[in-house]
Amino acid sequence: MNALFVSAILGVLLMLSSLFIKDRNYIHALALAGLAVLFAINLAEFDGWLLFEMDLSGMLRFDRYALVMNAIGLASFFFYLLLSGSAMEKVGPHHADYLALLFFICAGLFMVTGFESLLILFLGIEVVSIPLYILTGSDKRNLKSNEAALKYFLLGSFSTGLLLLGIAFFYGARGNFMATVSVDPTVVGSSLQLAAVLLLLFAMSFKVSVAPFHFWTPDVYDGAPTVFTSFMATIVKVALFAAFVRLFEDTFSLQFSLWQPWVAGFVVVTLLIGNLTAVFQQSVKRMLAYSSIAQAGFMLLAVYTINGDSKEGLLLYAASYSLATIGIFAVLVYLQDHTFEGFNGLAKKQPIVAASLVIFSLSLAGIPLTGGFLAKLFMIKAALAYQPWLAIVSVVMAVVSVFYYFRLIQAMYFRKDAQSISIEFPKSFPIGLLVTALIVVLLGIFPEAILGLLYF
Amino acid sequence: MVVLLLLLIPLIGASFLFLYKGDHQFASTASLKLSLVSLLVMCLRLFCWHTPEQLSFTAPWLTSLGSSFSLRMDGLGTILSLLTTTAYFLLFWYMRSRTIERPAAFFAWLLLAQVGMLGVFLAMDSLLFYFFWELALIPMYFLASQWGGARSVSVTFKFFIYTFLGSVFMLIGILYLQSKTADHSFALESIKKIKLTSDQQSWLFWFFFIAFAIKLPVFPFHTWQPDTYEESATPVTAILSAIMVKMGVLGLLRWVLPLFPIASYMWGDVVMSMAVAGIVYASFLAMQQVDLKRLIAYSSIAHIGLMTAGAFALNQLAYQGLLIQLFTHGINILGMWILADIIERKTGTRSIDSLGGIAQHSPTLTIFFVIIALANIALPLTNAFVGEFLLFAGVLATPSTYYWAFAVAVGLGIILSAVYTLRMIRAVFYGQPSARTSMAIRLALHEVGALVFIVGLILFFGICPQPLIDMTADFSKDLFGQTDITSLFRKS
Repeated sequence: MNALFVSAILGVLLMLSSLFIKDRNYIHALALAGLAVLFAINLAEFDGWLLFEMDLSGMLRFDRYALVMNAIGLASFFFYLLLSGSAMEKVGPHHADYLALLFFICAGLFMVTGFESLLILFLGIEVVSIPLYILTGSDKRNLKSNEAALKYFLLGSFSTGLLLLGIAFFYGARGNFMATVSVDPTVVGSSLQLAAVLLLLFAMSFKVSVAPFHFWTPDVYDGAPTVFTSFMATIVKVALFAAFVRLFEDTFSLQFSLWQPWVAGFVVVTLLIGNLTAVFQQSVKRMLAYSSIAQAGFMLLAVYTINGDSKEGLLLYAASYSLATIGIFAVLVYLQDHTFEGFNGLAKKQPIVAASLVIFSLSLAGIPLTGGFLAKLFMIKAALAYQPWLAIVSVVMAVVSVFYYFRLIQAMYFRKDAQSISIEFPKSFPIGLLVTALIVVLLGIFPEAILGLLYF
Repeated sequence: MVVLLLLLIPLIGASFLFLYKGDHQFASTASLKLSLVSLLVMCLRLFCWHTPEQLSFTAPWLTSLGSSFSLRMDGLGTILSLLTTTAYFLLFWYMRSRTIERPAAFFAWLLLAQVGMLGVFLAMDSLLFYFFWELALIPMYFLASQWGGARSVSVTFKFFIYTFLGSVFMLIGILYLQSKTADHSFALESIKKIKLTSDQQSWLFWFFFIAFAIKLPVFPFHTWQPDTYEESATPVTAILSAIMVKMGVLGLLRWVLPLFPIASYMWGDVVMSMAVAGIVYASFLAMQQVDLKRLIAYSSIAHIGLMTAGAFALNQLAYQGLLIQLFTHGINILGMWILADIIERKTGTRSIDSLGGIAQHSPTLTIFFVIIALANIALPLTNAFVGEFLLFAGVLATPSTYYWAFAVAVGLGIILSAVYTLRMIRAVFYGQPSARTSMAIRLALHEVGALVFIVGLILFFGICPQPLIDMTADFSKDLFGQTDITSLFRKS
């Protein structure tokens, strides 16, 4: 709860800061300091330390899981700012405003991970979505950015409509908005309730870009300024997944048999479409867009299985996937050429950057000794307990993912660039990237660092 | 502790070389010294350290998952560690006189691969085993792609995808086994206690076997192998075929046979057929090859086929032969690759047609080559004879009804191996010298040193194989106890 309020206040502060602080570096430093404070008070809440007492009427509940998820989001946000914060200048002159919007999104994410009433879920998703629409269109003179923003806005509003309708049906069936299991037999089997389950399933699938509701994703991710694509593909997406799991675990576990086959189908379709399409992309940015769909397929296994293993796996997934994707996007921002050729010969010119990118790619592909492997391991283990064939489909698709992640490695290490364009990174950038990569590796060796937070 | 030491020495060396970019002189000297230290540690293990505390190491790791960092050196681990440390030492010795691009990175990746392979040989926890299995693959991917020929990037990628595909199925198998254990543990000991029905064994068998079959490679999973061996730099090929394929054999001996004995018996005929088909097929293909490296690559498939057949012969004789062969095959094939590399470097070609008559000007090289090649076809008094003889005897004694067919095919393979090897010797070393071979090939001191060492090993273990048998007798007996199909039936 601490982080929710403080991040909203920080957003306002940052928005106003541009009036008084002219130097961007100070604004940037202010944002980083703000994040450190957020992280600290979020950690403090683990021990029950609250900034102030407030009657939430049971509409928000920050349990361990939500707090860990928030901590992961904040840490990812920190690395995101560190690595690509300065790249925001390329988008436009409103540096402080972008940062403010990002902090508002954060506030929305904390509502989403901690919701106990479906109204809060709805509010949270809106608080997340509206700044995202703006950020997508923030490159005002770029036609693609405008197109992406409009597309995102129209389709996003549509899915919000579905969500709202689902919540309305939910209220009709139960007479309240609380995300709790209802054992009332008139509720469990009622058609209103069934409609609510499906509508909410579709709406949430849309928000986390699960196929067949993924069509907006490649265009929006591709059109949005790369810095902001990075944010929405990672921090936003994993937090929404936490909400997805929470919604279906807390509310609909009795309708398990109704929605589980749907989710299983979505998993398969998402894995197939995401992976197979990503193989054929020429642009790294579009490849990452499809890869984010493919990874969503893996994360959706957490919704499918809903057990301890997969919930722990989702946390690991959130951390390793976010950091790795943020890292690759951060490099992409500095490249002129966004195709795979743009990475040719990077190993010679920037060995540290290239080595870090190798670790990110290996993690995303799920190779051992990286966080990505253990994340996938948890998911597959959970899926194996229900449907062995689902586990088999997922591992085969993990092999397919090697095809596109390794193209990055092949370009960097085994191909020479035709015209040697020198790539300039800020001075401390390679070190920051390397630290991020080391964290991804550490997650693969000592996952207890994160999972331990759940229990101690 | 010795097991941990064996892993730490190359690991420290690799990290050091990655950070410190030295020249060739520095990198090769440092690697040679490290490999010598590893070999000495291994020798100390053989002669001084025997207690179980010295041979195993367990540390808590991923405890919440049910895994632990548990290493132990049994007979199989001993012989494979001995092979790894010896082969690395010999290869690095030879590499002293062979320059290579970006030497620091090259040696660092090789050392990292050593960590992975030794880990595979020593891991007693299935998840740890999987970790090392992949850890060995990544350095090989970089080595083969970066220091290879023109097609090496795509060829190596095929190798990577094949191996990775196989290993993810194994991962599912491992996770399934873990879910069946009483204490939700990945440890080999816990997995052995599970009572699996024959149906469960049957599908688990294939999930594991495919991973190992691709690594070995067994026909028809071998298509990555000739290309990768040909395109990689020869020192990398040497590591691939001398040590890395042994990961597959180890997989069969440590995981497949003892965990799924009934399925191994049920599918034994199928696997044996694949193996002997591979022997005959690869031998015939080897006879057609004009490229020296491809020829050795196909001969390697034939040898691996024999080992696989031995593993599924399911009797102690074959196991014992196989365990000896693990070491001798590694040493012999390493010698073959070093010689092929010398010939290619000094004459500028590896096409058999444009070679010939080397013996006239370079008798020393010829003597080395003939001895190592004869060892490769398992002539009596060379080290491979004992192992191959036991394997052949084991295949004859297999419980399968088609034992005679397998024995005939294996025998044919042994004869054919003599045919293509002797043909190669004739074509490369005898006849009229060509333009490329009219100059004498001078061997550098390090090259002679490494080759003398190899020839020494060949002759020593050819005359006196008892140490190798003693090293592994317990393991083969134990393994037979776990897979003896008649006693299994008697029990049930």
